[in-house]
Amino acid sequence: MIVFVSFLVVLMLVGAVAASVFRDLISAVITAALVSLIASILFYFLQAPDVAMAEASIGAALTAAIFIIAIRRTKRYEE
Amino acid sequence: MRRIISILLLVIIAFGISLSLAKIPFGVPKTKVGRHYINEGVKETGATNIVTSVVVSYRGFDTLGEVTVLFIAAIGLGAVLTTGVKGEMRKVQPASLVLYTGCRLLFPLILVFGTYIFIHGHLTPGGGFQGGAIIASGFLLIYLGCRERRISRVASNLAESLGGLTFVVIGLLGLAFGGYFLLNFLPKGTANALLSAGIIPIIYIAIGFKVGSELAGIIDNLIEES
Repeated sequence: MIVFVSFLVVLMLVGAVAASVFRDLISAVITAALVSLIASILFYFLQAPDVAMAEASIGAALTAAIFIIAIRRTKRYEE
Repeated sequence: MRRIISILLLVIIAFGISLSLAKIPFGVPKTKVGRHYINEGVKETGATNIVTSVVVSYRGFDTLGEVTVLFIAAIGLGAVLTTGVKGEMRKVQPASLVLYTGCRLLFPLILVFGTYIFIHGHLTPGGGFQGGAIIASGFLLIYLGCRERRISRVASNLAESLGGLTFVVIGLLGLAFGGYFLLNFLPKGTANALLSAGIIPIIYIAIGFKVGSELAGIIDNLIEES
């Protein structure tokens, strides 16, 4: 259990750092959504299923979609 | 240079936050008001999900403010994005067969799941906000998979307005019956039954419709204008 949770936390940290260094903004959005998804799993393990549901649907699905729509209107690569 | 300064600032902020969080003990008995909610919440409100009893009953007025903030955000987005000029309908590339079939198969299931979440908000984890967000992600799937489909603006606006109106009217009825806003004037029933907890399920169903149609409307606005 503790091994799994630490693996998730490490994955989340890697995702957060990757989201800030990627030049390709679509990849950055996907990794940011991954951070949200792992956060919702951690909320579930911390016995907060209410927050986990909101985080999974808003953080991982809707926010990523809004960012991707915005990127489609502008430039995909950061210079 | 700027990057080094920002990293240094982040480290200082993280250090401060962790220093203040380390002082809070983890898992010890709660404060007085927290203990009251946990011990008396089921008896006083009839809702077995304590989070719901806090969100809708004890702190119901705050929830009304939260719903209003979301409403204003959706209106502002619509006002900024809607130019009034009806652009020519761009030819949309149809989705692939896998996405199309998956979306048609999954959309009703997601709707049923979201509805279940907000109808059972007072019994199981979840509630109006979570159910509404799940329903909105179902509509997002429709926009990805079945691209020529559009949700009806009139129906979405109607659901949104009726949801908000129900919340306020029930609050005012409490004012009329017993003297304060959002009084739980309906019978509480037996705890753990679907028809229990008085006005809490009604308010959560209203919030579910409101949040679902609002978030779906935001997605609709963004996709229409891009």
